[in-house]
Amino acid sequence: MTKEFWRWKEYNWQDENINWRDADIISAGVDVGSVSSQAVILADGELFAYASMRTGSNSPKSAENVMKWCMEDTGMTLDDLEFTVGTGYGRVNVPFADKAITEIACHARGAHKMYGKTIRTLLDMGGQDCKAISVDEKGKVINFLMNDKCAAGTGRGMEVFADLLSLPIEEIGDLSFQVEEEPEPVSSTCVIFAKSEATGLLRDGWPKNKVLAAYSSAMAHRVVALLERIDIKEDFAITGGIAKNSGVVKRIEKELGLTALTTKYDTQIAGAFGAALFGKVLCEKKRQKMAKV
Amino acid sequence: MKANYGYKDGSGEFYITVDTDKCDGCGACVPVCPSAVFEVRENEFDPLADDEMAAVTEDQRKKLAFSCSQCKSKGYQTLPCITACGEKNAITHSW
Repeated sequence: MTKEFWRWKEYNWQDENINWRDADIISAGVDVGSVSSQAVILADGELFAYASMRTGSNSPKSAENVMKWCMEDTGMTLDDLEFTVGTGYGRVNVPFADKAITEIACHARGAHKMYGKTIRTLLDMGGQDCKAISVDEKGKVINFLMNDKCAAGTGRGMEVFADLLSLPIEEIGDLSFQVEEEPEPVSSTCVIFAKSEATGLLRDGWPKNKVLAAYSSAMAHRVVALLERIDIKEDFAITGGIAKNSGVVKRIEKELGLTALTTKYDTQIAGAFGAALFGKVLCEKKRQKMAKV
Repeated sequence: MKANYGYKDGSGEFYITVDTDKCDGCGACVPVCPSAVFEVRENEFDPLADDEMAAVTEDQRKKLAFSCSQCKSKGYQTLPCITACGEKNAITHSW
């Protein structure tokens, strides 16, 4: 079998120090994105477990698979989730969700928890779109912008390049700095046109890393243009899969003249994390309502 | 908050911005638009709020340049959506 260089690791994680059976509220979030799906389970608002997988062709199934993997070996079942919020592209297709919330609100909320209250500008670099979000001190969205028509500068583009250059996707961030000098960015950020441009550069004898550098800086330049339409205020952070790609992150930082916040959490779970946090609040609301009746 | 709907492409930037602090969800912009660009829906960016707001329909977010062109040719001040919104001034266009 040929090696699939674009394939990133799927993973799950559980906090062994938390006994979920002791928790009062178990809330969950599922972020069914265009490329990857994440699930997060919170025990009384504390991160208990998460998982990340590739989204299949069937979004209800993807949501279920990632949630089941998330709770694997914990003895937990879907019935134990008191309130589940679905988010992402496939949010209306999560059969076991109690509510669907847009990924914009969820990312803002999740990032507010993951990066701290000082975050004001958030860039979510997802699989097939980029979102620039301004948040206030409470994690509420105050400005939001994405490009509904163009998916340039997203994770999917990076996958295509990993494949084209036969370099593992986890390594290409660092490799893009192993160049003698920073090349001009490729002139197009459209994945398809950038790929044909890169093919031309390879033919001209450019080393792989240099092509990678040229694409990474084009990508950075493109999202900075998106960010500039909303007011960029510090602190600034990046979520999503590309946040793990130092080649793009450092080039964005350089262009903005800002350093992005880092987090101990996984950058890809921001949406699902936010959804689960909303789930907790909504669950409390629901209980209050029921207590009144 | 400011919710921006639309896109940027080779021919320009086409965003409609709804200021949710100014929009009260009255829905005056919905019937006056000849392309049915707007709808009133729950505030999708603040799920804990119970208020409703005007939004560009998902269908329209990718084709605003075309949907709005029939009004644009008549001049900015006379755009039906902006006139209908009136003093609230919640809707702005980027082009």
